[in-house]
Amino acid sequence: MNTGSPLATLATLLLTQASTSAARIDHAALGLLAASAVLVAVLAGLNLYFVVRYRRGSAVPRPPSALASWKIETLWIVATTIGFLGFFAWGARIYLDVERPPAGADEIAVIGRQWMWDIRQPNGRREFNELHVPVHTDIRLLLTSEDVIHSFFVPAFRLKQDVVPGKQVSLWFNATAEGAFPFYCSEFCGSKHANMIGVVVAESPERYARWLAQGDSAPERLARGGVLYQRYGCSGCHTQPSAVHAPALAGIYGRQIPVTGGGFVRVDDAYLRDCILTPGKVAPAGYPLIMPAFQGVVPEGDLIELIAYIRELDAGDRVDPNPRTSR
Amino acid sequence: MKATAEPPAGDAPAPDYLSSGYSLRSWLCTLDHKRIGLLYLVSITFFFMIGAAAAAAMRVALLSPKGDLIVSDVYNRLFTLHGVLMIWFFLIPAVPNVLGNFLLPLMIGARDVAFPRLNLASWYIFMTGAALALYAILAGGVDTGWTFYTPYSSTYSNGHVMAMAAGVFIAGFSSIATGLNFIVTIHRLRAPGLTWFRLPLFVWSLYSTSIILVLATPVLALTLFLMVLERGFGVGIFDPKIGGDPLLFQHLFWFYSHPAVYVMILPGMGVVSELVACFARKPIYGYRVMAFAILAIAALGFLVWGHHMFVSSQSIYAGVVFSLLSFLVSVPSAIKVLNWTATLHRGSIRLDAPMLYALGFMGLFTVGGLTGLFLATMAVDVHLHGTYFVVAHFHYVMVGGMVMAYMGGMHYWWPKISGRMYHEWSARIAALLIFLGFNLTFFPQFILGYLGMPRRYYAYPEEFHALNVLSTAGASILGLGYLLPLIYLSWSLCRGPRAPANPWGATGLEWQTPSPPPTGNFATTPIVTEGPYAYRPEEP
Amino acid sequence: MITATPVSAEPTPHPEAKAVTNQLGMWTFLATEILFFGGLFVVYTLFRLTYPEIFRQGGQSMDFWLGTVNTAVLLTSSLFMALADRAVRANQRALLTRCLALTALLGLVFLGIKAYEYHGKFAEHLVPGPGFRGPPGSGPRLQIFYFLYFAMTGLHALHMLGGLAAVGWLWRLNAQGRLNSGRTEPVVIVGLYWHFVDCIWVFLYPLFYLAGR
Repeated sequence: MNTGSPLATLATLLLTQASTSAARIDHAALGLLAASAVLVAVLAGLNLYFVVRYRRGSAVPRPPSALASWKIETLWIVATTIGFLGFFAWGARIYLDVERPPAGADEIAVIGRQWMWDIRQPNGRREFNELHVPVHTDIRLLLTSEDVIHSFFVPAFRLKQDVVPGKQVSLWFNATAEGAFPFYCSEFCGSKHANMIGVVVAESPERYARWLAQGDSAPERLARGGVLYQRYGCSGCHTQPSAVHAPALAGIYGRQIPVTGGGFVRVDDAYLRDCILTPGKVAPAGYPLIMPAFQGVVPEGDLIELIAYIRELDAGDRVDPNPRTSR
Repeated sequence: MKATAEPPAGDAPAPDYLSSGYSLRSWLCTLDHKRIGLLYLVSITFFFMIGAAAAAAMRVALLSPKGDLIVSDVYNRLFTLHGVLMIWFFLIPAVPNVLGNFLLPLMIGARDVAFPRLNLASWYIFMTGAALALYAILAGGVDTGWTFYTPYSSTYSNGHVMAMAAGVFIAGFSSIATGLNFIVTIHRLRAPGLTWFRLPLFVWSLYSTSIILVLATPVLALTLFLMVLERGFGVGIFDPKIGGDPLLFQHLFWFYSHPAVYVMILPGMGVVSELVACFARKPIYGYRVMAFAILAIAALGFLVWGHHMFVSSQSIYAGVVFSLLSFLVSVPSAIKVLNWTATLHRGSIRLDAPMLYALGFMGLFTVGGLTGLFLATMAVDVHLHGTYFVVAHFHYVMVGGMVMAYMGGMHYWWPKISGRMYHEWSARIAALLIFLGFNLTFFPQFILGYLGMPRRYYAYPEEFHALNVLSTAGASILGLGYLLPLIYLSWSLCRGPRAPANPWGATGLEWQTPSPPPTGNFATTPIVTEGPYAYRPEEP
Repeated sequence: MITATPVSAEPTPHPEAKAVTNQLGMWTFLATEILFFGGLFVVYTLFRLTYPEIFRQGGQSMDFWLGTVNTAVLLTSSLFMALADRAVRANQRALLTRCLALTALLGLVFLGIKAYEYHGKFAEHLVPGPGFRGPPGSGPRLQIFYFLYFAMTGLHALHMLGGLAAVGWLWRLNAQGRLNSGRTEPVVIVGLYWHFVDCIWVFLYPLFYLAGR
């Protein structure tokens, strides 16, 4: 970390490129910079030249222009439009690549809340204001907020995504350099907005795997999930025997199920999330629409654990309605 | 533009509008558009000073990376105050309500605007909104930023959001009233012979601005209303807990606020056209293209609001469309800059203070506009959104552009407004100080932004320290530059030499009246037989 | 050739020219109102497309007969406003007085019925917020319907109040003898506004009262 001396600041003008997207974005920015510099130089030069040459009282001849003005106007309207559209296309091309995540990326959940970042790795290991990732691996962040709009911004990756309450958004990257890269909240979110910062720790896949393994074990996570499953009343309807006709959840993850209105849907994380927060959006066929909506009831952290629990619920498991697990 | 405006021979000269009444009542109950312009001048100057003081406090606070000079809650209220006052209570009314009110009837050969009582009412409405906003500030302030994003503003913020939003809502009616008045005035009150394509470009810019004011401001009104209602009820349509959409607020807000930036810049561009033509003694190059460009900027400006939301989680394909349109709306602006440059070619140029401001505008607006292209380039915006790059960009167009145009216009028309000449060398020095101070303040912020410093941060990582210090240093020079006109313009009111009717030798109907003009502007209706800018560079 | 004609005191001296100027002013103002209510209609549409069920539920909770009667009341008031316009053109000042009075009376009846409806909503706990209690089987999302209902009909009612003030101003002008076939302009302008506010209600009525039926 540099100390803020002028030379160090100058060095950081060459901001680290630490993701596969960074170089492409820098190229586009440099292209714009070059074009802008040329335009500014030409215009400033012309203006200064005219101001000097054609100053009041200078003896330079000022005949009327021989070239029809509509020709010049058309020329620079067309040239400007083409130039601008060129930059548009360049930027749009990169943007679509940057925004559309590749298949098979590792998913890490990020919850923003005033004024900290709560990060859940795929195996459940939790970290605060730090994001461990393996380098040279496609990583997809699944972000949501529990209160106001935040924004997850990693300058070294040149990436940013607003984090909105009530929906889950994603940001993908592939880190190309090991190191510690700061990330910031970049959408004003209240008193301590400026303190909502953290660091991305990018390390080799081996070191990352070792770090990950030091988190909670799988049985501990499942036990936690089970307690939540009871606490929110899921087991009351979804675990047989039950007085309510509700889909049994054991073994349902990954299956194709029929939905009302025809068609099928695959039960994955996103579908489970929708079912819990806004049931009835795409409802399983053959069941009454009586499930209450848990939007605003289940905090994001618990939601992640619940979905992980349901994912692991094997068809062979029988969920004990009175668990004696201690937390 | 040729016209006669002398009173019939034998009549006593009419008193000018300044000396036609000295009581407070004659000012507060005036129906004279010129006096109403001055009422606005006093008001917006006052709000500018408060907004500038907030900025000064912020820049001093940012000298320390740890943010230990001002606590976060106060800093957050300062930047909100700065944005709200500067945008709604200074920039939006500045050129239209001060210069526009004063000059529009004069420039079209009319006695007043179409609805003089509505004009006075608009000032009272403006002041009512301002009073509410000031109350919100004094009662403890608001920390949502001038953008009032939900759900922070509607649910979480504990500032005086409702009062502040109400103040802005009411001030919006003043904008609508002004826009309505100008549209009807330009359509209906032009002097005989003054066809549309003989209008000065300043009038075209006021017309276009008025259309935006009339169509966009109602959307701001409904947006603020819905946000305040949500705050009042405790739930609402922007609240995700009941299935509402926080992004809907952003769409509605920016649908107004993007056209609003064209409300701010178009009148400034109109002023620059007047200045460049006069001080190069040459007709504006490509007059018709310039007029159509003014209209095109207004029309296209309504279609680009989503470029404030590229990373907001709006559809990426909608984003692509917004980016395309944002590039297209930049074309007419670029054309205007090129046409001004072409006007200088083979002109006869004098570097009076108004011309210095016009040239400053051309340079700084160009930089501001080009950096806007960085932000319109979607991939680059993913990195730059929400950083100091954006702050630098909009200050270049608003302060480097708009405020310089306003200052240039104030100096240019000062003799007409006050009947006095200001001290020219003081004005040139001030213009230079403003130009230098401005660049030193805001250019480092482009770099800060690219390096990743987010905006609205009261404290920041150590590596951003040096550039912040540079920026604050520039701000002190800029502040000094703004202080000088306050001094020498006030001084000129008492001690400046009396101004002739047309000190610059400019074309335009406003220069056919005495300085300052009589209350009724023209004793006889002028009749127009020529286009605008009938300058001949060869003549001295 | 340049002639100099003396100017009069008014910005727009001639009555016909002034009439056109005033009408242009009112139409421009109505354009702002179209954007204002139009924006609200867009918001309504977005939510109706996203959550059709809450509009069914909410629409059914509205009092169909009160809403329909109110629509008839408002349309009739517009009829009387139009008759007032006709009366002033025919210089029938007594008729003008009666038409204006009836317009205002019906406007007040409209607002009275609206107030009664609002009171009903308060009593049934259908106001969005912590006290909201929707019918069984509804969720918190139903509050969006009522939020839009109060917002849009409330704003409409505020515009009605403005319209009543304008009609009152016309009544006073007429009482002072300042309205006649040579000076119809104020009636035309207020008429435009009144009809416009009526038009807005004609859209609000089906959106809130006929949804889900």
